[in-house]
Amino acid sequence: MFELFVYGLVLGGIIALGAVGLTLVYGIVRLANFAHGDLMTAGAYVALFMVTDLLAWIGVPDTIFFPLSFGLRMVIAFPVSMFLVGIVAIVVDRILYRKLRDKKSNAVIMAMSSLGAAFILRMIILILWGADSLFYRPGVLRPAIDLPLNIKIRPDQIFILVAVTVLIVTLHLFLKNSKMGKAMRATADNTDLALVSGINTERIIIWTWGIGGALAAAGGILYGIDVQLHPYMGWNFLIPIFAATILGTIGNMYGALVGGFVIGVAQQMSTAFLMPTYKPAVAFVIMILILLIRPKGIFGGSS
Amino acid sequence: MELSGIIAYLVSLAIMAGIYAVFCLGLNIQWGYTGLFNIGIAGFFCIGAYTSALVTTPKPTGVYAHYVHQLFGLNMPFIVGMLAAAFMCGIVAYLIGIPTLRLGEDYLAIATLGIAETFRLVFNNEAWLANGPRGLMGLPQPLQGLVDPANYNYVYLVIVLLIMVGVYILIETGIRSPWGRVLRAIREDEISAAMSGKNKSHFKMQSLVFGSMVMGAAGALYAHYTKAISPNVFTPLYGTFIIWVMLMAGGSGNNKGAITGAFVIWGIWIGTKFATDLLPYTLKARAPYIRFLLIGVLLEIILLYRPQGLLGEEKRISKWIE
Repeated sequence: MFELFVYGLVLGGIIALGAVGLTLVYGIVRLANFAHGDLMTAGAYVALFMVTDLLAWIGVPDTIFFPLSFGLRMVIAFPVSMFLVGIVAIVVDRILYRKLRDKKSNAVIMAMSSLGAAFILRMIILILWGADSLFYRPGVLRPAIDLPLNIKIRPDQIFILVAVTVLIVTLHLFLKNSKMGKAMRATADNTDLALVSGINTERIIIWTWGIGGALAAAGGILYGIDVQLHPYMGWNFLIPIFAATILGTIGNMYGALVGGFVIGVAQQMSTAFLMPTYKPAVAFVIMILILLIRPKGIFGGSS
Repeated sequence: MELSGIIAYLVSLAIMAGIYAVFCLGLNIQWGYTGLFNIGIAGFFCIGAYTSALVTTPKPTGVYAHYVHQLFGLNMPFIVGMLAAAFMCGIVAYLIGIPTLRLGEDYLAIATLGIAETFRLVFNNEAWLANGPRGLMGLPQPLQGLVDPANYNYVYLVIVLLIMVGVYILIETGIRSPWGRVLRAIREDEISAAMSGKNKSHFKMQSLVFGSMVMGAAGALYAHYTKAISPNVFTPLYGTFIIWVMLMAGGSGNNKGAITGAFVIWGIWIGTKFATDLLPYTLKARAPYIRFLLIGVLLEIILLYRPQGLLGEEKRISKWIE
């Protein structure tokens, strides 16, 4: 059970990276982004392209940082993929959502547009890489180390927890201290008020997409390191990240973080008595329960 | 190909387009007239198809019982199966409506999506329920003995079109009644509808249940056309996304548009199949993805440049007002 709990934290960290981006976009752009899961997939595959093709072609050596399962190439690919997927998210916003915003389309039309974007992104990945499961490094031995309480954990999983912590702390400091971060929080609180205070909301929206896309990419890559890459991996994360977002109150980054870990732990613990394929259903049931008991989430007021 | 072959092919296309048209009509009640954002059509598709399959097939006996597991098999006629499918979808829709309809539209969307994924998982994993990933086969078809099996598709086309027209008339009657006007008032402005003394959650629930029942019937129509169903049919792509594109292309809020959209998009979908057949061999395996990519792009173009679709919503609200 302790072991499942720790695995749950690993999965929860990945969900949290998706959910934090989703909740920022939800709060600031006012869009239920159904393409967020597919941004995670995009991140994983962009990193795959760099690790197996681009960096090999440039001549970056294929090293491994033992006992981790990856090396120098991944260290380069990770931030680059985050950056590129951030750009992708911004470009999708410029092509689709901004035009809909300008036309004062209603929120559901924008959500539908994001659903379309999700399918387009996934189809591009399927066209380029096919439908099979892929690995960053096939056939590598991934020994587990033994911790007290009968917990077996792979070094990669410890790395994931560290990476999630670093990313979240960085984001926290950015939102707390930087001028842009403060403006983002102000916009999330009250868009009209932010607008009359002279905050350029379009610029805020660009930053939000960039950050949301980058975090999603990080989540996708970490899942790829932990398990495998699959064109539907992000789509399968969609219900968990929405559940985490709703659990932690829409627009609340810290709530999404907590929600991510709660959903991740619940999903992993459920495998003790349910088939692992039911993980998305577990997230869904938790979400329905929240909607019934506390629809505004744990950090929202009761109503 | 000789003429009779072409006609047979067109008939099979028309059957599928007709089935999709029924889905579009169901979605039109929810989205077109009430503004409910259901992105789990595949779930109702799945429930409808499986319910009808279980109701109309006999429970396997003898040596078959080793290979085909199903919870029950009632061996009832087609029409009972279709009504049961509509009934089950109505119940599921009601249960989803309870926690989500009082909240924003996004909540219904994500909940219906969750239902679709969950039911697909359940039918895939629980072999005792409906034979797991292998699915059910040998579904009976209505009026089977009437004609030569080679010509049976003509009979089924007539059945599909009759049901499509029946659903169309039913919805048109409903939508032109005071009930339909309340739905549209809620879609346009919930608060003022509530201020006029209309219980908006009540009406939204009726719309959600009604639309889902129509989808359930369409799911049954599909199941008895293909005669074999398995969980991997009911994916978000074939089960939800393409139906949304059809309705948006045809014109949401217009039942003729819903039907037109189904036939046009299905025609385009099949047309792109012929186009991708011309692709070089290496790309052929990925041709379906290219086709779906085009359908996705088409949806975005519609949303951006022609959100009202081919046929916009008709303004006429009552047959007494011209």
